Amino acid sequence: MSILVLEAVTRTHGSGDGQVEALKHLSLTVAPGELVAVMGPSGSGKSTLLHLAGGLDQPTSGRVLVEGTELGNLSRKALAQLRRRWIGYVFQDFNLIPALTAAENVALPRELDGVPARKARKEAVAALAEVGVPELADRFPDDMSGGQQQRIAIARALVGERRLVLADEPTGALDSTTGEAVMALLRARVDAGAAGVLVTHDARHAAWANRVVFLRDGRVVDESVYRAPEDVLAP
Amino acid sequence: MSVRNGLLALLAERPRYGYELRGEFEARTGTTWPLNVGQVYTTLSRLERDGCVTASDAGESGQQYYEITAEGRAEVTAWFTTPVRREARPRDELAIKLALAVGNQDVDIAAVVQAQRTDSLRALQDYTRLKAQAGPEDLAWLLVLDAMVFQTEAEVRWLDHCESRVVQGRRPVVRPTPVEDVERAR
Ligand SMILES: Nc1ncnc2c1ncn2[C@@H]1O[C@H](COP(=O)(O)OP(=O)(O)O)[C@@H](O)[C@H]1O
Ligand SMILES: [Mg+2]
Repeated sequence: MSILVLEAVTRTHGSGDGQVEALKHLSLTVAPGELVAVMGPSGSGKSTLLHLAGGLDQPTSGRVLVEGTELGNLSRKALAQLRRRWIGYVFQDFNLIPALTAAENVALPRELDGVPARKARKEAVAALAEVGVPELADRFPDDMSGGQQQRIAIARALVGERRLVLADEPTGALDSTTGEAVMALLRARVDAGAAGVLVTHDARHAAWANRVVFLRDGRVVDESVYRAPEDVLAP
Repeated sequence: MSVRNGLLALLAERPRYGYELRGEFEARTGTTWPLNVGQVYTTLSRLERDGCVTASDAGESGQQYYEITAEGRAEVTAWFTTPVRREARPRDELAIKLALAVGNQDVDIAAVVQAQRTDSLRALQDYTRLKAQAGPEDLAWLLVLDAMVFQTEAEVRWLDHCESRVVQGRRPVVRPTPVEDVERAR
């Protein structure tokens, strides 16, 4: 079963003359083990798509389903819980809480979810190790480089049993080898059975995806699907 | 990229004299691809043989006047919409293809760019997958793959750039053909 389903989703902002259709009748499904990259010029609807998939915004028409549950049918509370438990979201600007250490930032969604503090801390430390920065557990975001903060943000998105990982330009602020390491992390989590959607301008990073979807003016204009390895070297 | 595609693309815009074609081609592609007169005429006679153009005598001057046929038009369309093969030094041909596409009102440049971008992305996905499969002991192979990855990435960025340039200022074509030639062509 697909982890994420967008069904004929339209999102209209504003009304009257100022009305903008950010997404137009867009459909997309993402299966377990599948990483989908979304590319397109700015204003083409990439962030809107991600917001809808993450339950941070609602479609004007159409449906969004995560693990078979239609987000539009959930109460606020149920939606918040589903988001915390199943959806990891990496924001472009990291969104770390400055007053909390790295481990506390990563543990927070788990604690909000009712996981006991000690267990949440253990999971957080494990997630930080997974992204290659166990030594940052007790440091504060302000004392870290952009690349380090981004890894913390990714650890927070991967902690626990997140099945859907959504990332908006997660490699934007990173140098090329760090960006590559971040992509390898996302790829590994997806290979372990999660579904991922990655918004990026960077073709090199989009290439880690199984599928690259090109958006223009709120519509999918083209798609590049990964070929089987045996076809790769044949001219 | 063949001279054939280039000449057909110019004839798809309007009929032209044989002698016009060489200058127009070079002006449009910034002389990245110099042609000699012999090439132009051999290619034109092949195109005529294949039914892609018709030639007519243009009176006193004795100059041949070439017009594209439906078949020729189909061939141009196929060329514009088929991604350039990666093995064939793609950027040169790409640059020429886009330079010619800009002068032709019937070509959807965004579609030409997108077809190429999708193809480039697919190649990038392939290289990336090969990288993931290579072990750290395959350093030489990894470096070769990296080279291909960065080259292809540059191509995609260049395509993005072309697209935004086209969106911003449509068709800033310099037309070096003298006015009297155009008049005579009518
Ligand atoms: N809250 C909003 N109110 C009004 N218009 C919006 C809002 N959010 C996005 N838009 C518009 O919707 C379109 C798509 O925006 P967005 O999804 O942010 O694009 P992208 O992430 O691809 O740059 C743009 O035209 C943008 O101006
Ligand atoms: Mg955006």
